[in-house]
Amino acid sequence: MFEAIAFYIFSVILIASGFLVIASRVPVHSVLFLILAFFNAAALFLLMGAEFLGLILLVVYVGAVAVLFLFVVMMLDVDLAEIRKGVLQYLPVGAMVGLILVLELGFVLFSWVVAPEAAANRAVPVAPITEVSNTEAIGRVLYTRYVYLFQASGLVLLLSMVGAIVLTHRQREGVKRQNVSRQVARTREEGVRLVKVKPGQGL
Amino acid sequence: MTDLLITYLPILMFIAIAGILGIVLMGLPMIIAPSQPDPEKLSAYECGFNAFEDARMKFDVRFYLVSILFIVVDLDLMFLFPFAVAYLDLPREEALFAFWSMMVFLGVFFIGYLYEFRKGALEWE
Repeated sequence: MFEAIAFYIFSVILIASGFLVIASRVPVHSVLFLILAFFNAAALFLLMGAEFLGLILLVVYVGAVAVLFLFVVMMLDVDLAEIRKGVLQYLPVGAMVGLILVLELGFVLFSWVVAPEAAANRAVPVAPITEVSNTEAIGRVLYTRYVYLFQASGLVLLLSMVGAIVLTHRQREGVKRQNVSRQVARTREEGVRLVKVKPGQGL
Repeated sequence: MTDLLITYLPILMFIAIAGILGIVLMGLPMIIAPSQPDPEKLSAYECGFNAFEDARMKFDVRFYLVSILFIVVDLDLMFLFPFAVAYLDLPREEALFAFWSMMVFLGVFFIGYLYEFRKGALEWE
């Protein structure tokens, strides 16, 4: 009962904020509504008992991806309200694309046949959810049974790290940089010069 | 209601209280505060001048690099949570294997970190 009420509240807020993401005039408001949508989706995950996914959604999407979107919005430097003026004009085309997408998804969904060997693939020795939390259930298989996928995801992350640096990092010439070890290693002899000044003469 | 959801009930109550508090704090001034709207009250104030430029200026792209690198580190971190939770419950050989696979994973991450560090991507010129 209580779960059902919570589910309906969260999903109504989720859909409403998802709609407001595309409907709101100010781009920053769109991002904020996106964050609200993420929060509600995380709550829905929790209601299903998938606490790990829900909290990952919060940490990764709200903590990092939403910030990235915010940067994109702030870097664009165009008045998105002006672009939006012609939104009604493009509405029929957009609606058609959406309709085709829904139809295709429908085809996929209704012509769905479970392959006979799929049941064997599904039978991963994951402990039942009543015994262990699903974070632990993931931890029991991720590092041993799925070690290749685990390492592959590590490599993908390495690739994205290197790619981001290669694409956006540039060294600017002629900028004074800090070199901590050199700065700390400076001695009094290098930095201080004692000058004998005769009285009344100046330097 | 299952036990799992019971443990999250305080958070739900906290969110509800925060929402109610936010609505009340925004709604009360609308009702009881004196209201004398004036366009000058909402206009941008820049040390007594009229505003020179728009507040929406371009961000430096380097912020973006920092936040992308943060996302990668964040995702790497996410793989540590199930490891930390489940490690002690694994049987001994599996635990050893899981430990070394995690070490290899962290090694790969460390290569990326060294690359960042040597390239000076973490420095702000």
